[in-house]
Amino acid sequence: MAYRYQLPDPSVQLVDDLIIRHIDPGSRVIDLGCGDGRLMKRLQDELGCNVAGVDVELSNVEAVVRRGLPVVAADLNKGLADIPSDTFDFAVLSQTLQQVQRPRQVLKEMLRVASRGLVVVPNFGHWRVRYEVLRRGRTPVTEALPHKWYETPNVHFMSMRDFRELMQSIGLRIVKERPIIRGRAVDRAWAANLRADSAFYLLERTSG
Amino acid sequence: MAEVRSPSVFPADSVGLVQTQYASLFSEERPLTFQSGAQLTSVDVAYETYGRLNDRRDNAVFICHALTGDAHAAGRHHEDDDKPGWWDGLIGPGKALDTSQYFVICANVLGGCQGTTGPGSVDPQTGERFCLDFPFLTVADIVQVHAELVKHLGIDRLLAIVGGSLGGMQVLEWAVRFPDQVRAAVCLASAPKLAAQGIAFNAVGRRAIYADQGFGNGRYYDKDGPRYGLALARMVAHITYLSEDSIELKFGRRLQDQGGFAFEMQKETEFQIESYLHYQGKRFVQRFDANSYLYLTRAMDYFDLSGDDRTLSEAVRDVQARFLVASYDTDWLFPTSQSRELTSALLQEGKHVTFVELECPYGHDSFLIDLGPLTSLISPFLEQTLQAARA
Repeated sequence: MAYRYQLPDPSVQLVDDLIIRHIDPGSRVIDLGCGDGRLMKRLQDELGCNVAGVDVELSNVEAVVRRGLPVVAADLNKGLADIPSDTFDFAVLSQTLQQVQRPRQVLKEMLRVASRGLVVVPNFGHWRVRYEVLRRGRTPVTEALPHKWYETPNVHFMSMRDFRELMQSIGLRIVKERPIIRGRAVDRAWAANLRADSAFYLLERTSG
Repeated sequence: MAEVRSPSVFPADSVGLVQTQYASLFSEERPLTFQSGAQLTSVDVAYETYGRLNDRRDNAVFICHALTGDAHAAGRHHEDDDKPGWWDGLIGPGKALDTSQYFVICANVLGGCQGTTGPGSVDPQTGERFCLDFPFLTVADIVQVHAELVKHLGIDRLLAIVGGSLGGMQVLEWAVRFPDQVRAAVCLASAPKLAAQGIAFNAVGRRAIYADQGFGNGRYYDKDGPRYGLALARMVAHITYLSEDSIELKFGRRLQDQGGFAFEMQKETEFQIESYLHYQGKRFVQRFDANSYLYLTRAMDYFDLSGDDRTLSEAVRDVQARFLVASYDTDWLFPTSQSRELTSALLQEGKHVTFVELECPYGHDSFLIDLGPLTSLISPFLEQTLQAARA
């Protein structure tokens, strides 16, 4: 079967690269909101991971099957009841958290099924977002948040500061935080919450 | 209902004219030993094949039929056959089970009545029909016979095993019992065990047969047999294959005759749904043996992949096949929760499993009707399995 060649989206590629760098070769990885299985395929081919995906769209499920990869059709909003606890080393939640109805539940579920979690979320604290709201009094439309308010799949907006606070309240530890600024993930940045369009997190359960 | 046509030329995606074949398996030296311990020294198996086994012998797909199915899964037996095989929409050149790529096998189950040895067959030891002296059988026994057939056809390892309902149970049993003989397993509208509700309906069906005056302890082959009981069993079972929506859609409260209520107590076909069920019952009696119905529903009741001595996860621990599991949102006989339970166990053990709950109004029967969504999943699933096998 011929796949249509698509130009790589640099930010997608960047985020995938970033995630892949944090995953141990040969580990078991579940991609929550896996889409067409693009990242899973790379994890399998490049790192020899044992992968599984979760997605709610039947068209995505079919696309993952066309790649020869396994996927469970499920709605993250309804929890991950089908997935037993501690079955995975890593759970990935890339550009998905802002689209679920109950982010707290999803994060908890994520770290129930896997011992570590990798999350990438848009940062609502970005200056351009603030500018749009403050200056123009409009719901922001930016590169990281490209949809108009009435058609956006994003139902929750959070800043890096908000995210840190949430992690503390649900007892998850941020092992690593990487602001993504203009297409580059940096180790550390001044005023990250103002400058990062999105952020990457490596999470762990706090003991107990 | 009778469709009058004589397709002298079959459509391009049909397997065309097919014939049921027979294999005689097992022997005095190597008898079939049932799970119950009973033995048979010879078993005839009726089967059909479509497509061609390639030189590598890595393209064989085995289809497991459901409770009352048969070996005739695709194509037509005569040019003027009214109906093609029971899964014709899925099997043929370019279809989900693409016969230009795969060698597809379907065989009647042990204990059945469509060519494979069952209670209606003659016991060579006595020269009489087995009737209820036929050994008690389980899904494992059915699978053991089919595995023998596959070996007999010169195939060491199947590309895939595919089935729905009782067929799906056979798929699970295959993958667990013969892990190194199956590369992929497609389990549709099925479950790792029959739930109490399913056992309950089977019990009613069997009671209907037992209670029929014509049953005569199963020795009825020279008489009419338990026709009413078997028809009643089918009527009840048929309801479990439909959904509330599909019955409502297809029949509603519509009457068979336009003139309104008959006000006649013994008129049993007043509503269209009544008439339909009676028709289904009557037709079933013409093609199915009551004894086989007893045996096969019991096999279904007994099926439990996990059992008393192991959990479901333990049961699937040695599975090598990759799995495609699909259920239907309106199927209340084999509800989605059971497919989910299976999926969880497979995930727990780190197996390759894809699971989908498909939306379809036709209840349990959806896997025989709504073939589009199945095709979009099964076709790439098999293609990728074959590719991985050759890599």
